[in-house]
Amino acid sequence: MDLTLKVWRQKNNKAKGKFVEYKIKNISKDSSFLEMMDILNEQLIEEGVEPVAFDHDCREGICGMCSLYINGRPHGPDEAVTVCQLHMRKFNDGDTIVIEPWRAKAFPLIKDLMVDRSAFDTIIQAGGYVSVNTGGVPDANSIPIERDKAELSMDAAACIGCGACVAACKNASAMLFVSAKVSQLNLLPQGKAEAKLRVEAMVKEMDDLGFGNCTNTGACEAECPKEISLTNIARLNRNFYAAKLS
Amino acid sequence: MSKLLGSSITKKLVMALAGLFLILFLPVHLGINLLLLKEDPVPFNEAAHFMATFPPIKIFEVILLGTFLIHILWGIILQIQNWMARPSRYRVTNYSQTSFFSKFMIYTGGIVLIFLVIHFINFYLMKLGIVEGDPENFYKEAHDLFQLPGYITFYLVSFVILGFHLHHAFQSAFQTLGWNHKKYTPVIKALGVIYSIFIPLGFFIIPILIYLK
Repeated sequence: MDLTLKVWRQKNNKAKGKFVEYKIKNISKDSSFLEMMDILNEQLIEEGVEPVAFDHDCREGICGMCSLYINGRPHGPDEAVTVCQLHMRKFNDGDTIVIEPWRAKAFPLIKDLMVDRSAFDTIIQAGGYVSVNTGGVPDANSIPIERDKAELSMDAAACIGCGACVAACKNASAMLFVSAKVSQLNLLPQGKAEAKLRVEAMVKEMDDLGFGNCTNTGACEAECPKEISLTNIARLNRNFYAAKLS
Repeated sequence: MSKLLGSSITKKLVMALAGLFLILFLPVHLGINLLLLKEDPVPFNEAAHFMATFPPIKIFEVILLGTFLIHILWGIILQIQNWMARPSRYRVTNYSQTSFFSKFMIYTGGIVLIFLVIHFINFYLMKLGIVEGDPENFYKEAHDLFQLPGYITFYLVSFVILGFHLHHAFQSAFQTLGWNHKKYTPVIKALGVIYSIFIPLGFFIIPILIYLK
C-alpha cells in the first residue's frame, strides 16, 4: 500500500503545532498501524528528519498507552480495538490518513502525538484503591460475591485507562473512565467500605483537573476500545448521590 | 463561581431535574393551547384566566420561571466549562456513532430561548400591561399572530428545534439521575422519542389549522 500521512508535529506544549505530510510506500496490509508508524520513523531517520514521537508499550491492546486520533476518531476506524491492534487492511491503497494527538486541557501535549495522561493517575490516587491491612493472604472464598456483581465489576475493570473516552467526548469529559474505576471497586464487597469516600474524592479530583462535564452523548462508549458501557456512568451518578445524601 | 454550584454531577442533576419539570409542564401548556382550535373563544380565555389568577398556580408560575432560568443558566455554565476543557480543537473530526442531537443541545436550546423571549414579550408583558393588547382575550391575540406567515414560520421552526432538543433531553435526564437499567432504559428511550415527536407536533398543527381556516 502507498499512503499519504498528515501527522501533527509539535515540538512541545508551548510551540505552535502543524500538520506535516509524509509519503510512505510498500506498506503491507497485514502490518499494524504502529508498525507502519515505525517504518515511517525509520524512513525519517534515514532522511535526517526527527522521528515522530508517539506513545506505545505492550502492543497487544492491554496497556492503554497507544493514543492516536486517526481520521477524526480515537484509535482509528476499527471497532473496539486500540491503535496497536488496528491493521492497515482497514485502509485502502492511496488513502490519506490524518493523525492527531488526544486533545484535552487535562491531557497537555508533550510532543507531536504524545500527551500527558497522568491526570488519570491523579484520579486513581484520589480513591481508586482498596485499603487493606498487611498480613496473611485471606482465603479466596471467604467473601461470597454474587456472580452478576462479579461480572459487572470485571466488565468495568476491563478499562485500560487509555483516555479514548476523553478524546472522543465533545466536552473532554472523563466520566466513563471514572465511572469504570469507581464501579469495579464499589460493586465488590471489598470496595464497599470506602465506596462513598471513593466516589466523592474521585469526582472532585476529576472536576479539579479540568475535564468537561458529561452530556450523555455516548461518544465515549462508541469509541472505547474495551466497550465500557454508559451504565457505569449511571451507576457513578447513583453512588455519588448516595454519598452526598448520607 | 463554578465551585459554588457544586460538582459537575450536582450541576448536571440540577439541569436534569429542571428539564424534567419543564417536560412535565409542556403537555399542560399544549392542552390549553389546543382550545385555540375551538370556534368559541370562551374555553381558551377561561383557561388562560384561570392559569393567570388562581393563587396556587401563581406559586407554580414563579417556580416555572425559576426553573427556566436555572435550566438556561446552568446549561450555559456547563457549556462554557465544556468548551474550556478542550482549548485546542481537533482539525479533523469524524463523528462517532452517537445520538446526533446530543451534540447541538446548546444551539437548539438557544433557538428555543429566542422563541421564549418573544413568547414572553407577546403574552407575559401583555398580561402585565407593558405591551399593548387585551390580556383577557389571549384567544384573539393568538389568532391574530397566527395570521402572520412570518410569525407562523418562526413558530414552526422553533417547535421542530424543540423536538430535536427533547429527543436527547428526555432520556439524558434519566441517565443523569442514574436510572439506567437494561429493562427500563429502552422503554424510556422509546417514550422520549414519542414525546419529542408528538408534543411539538401538537403545538405545530395549531397555527397551521388556524391559518388555513
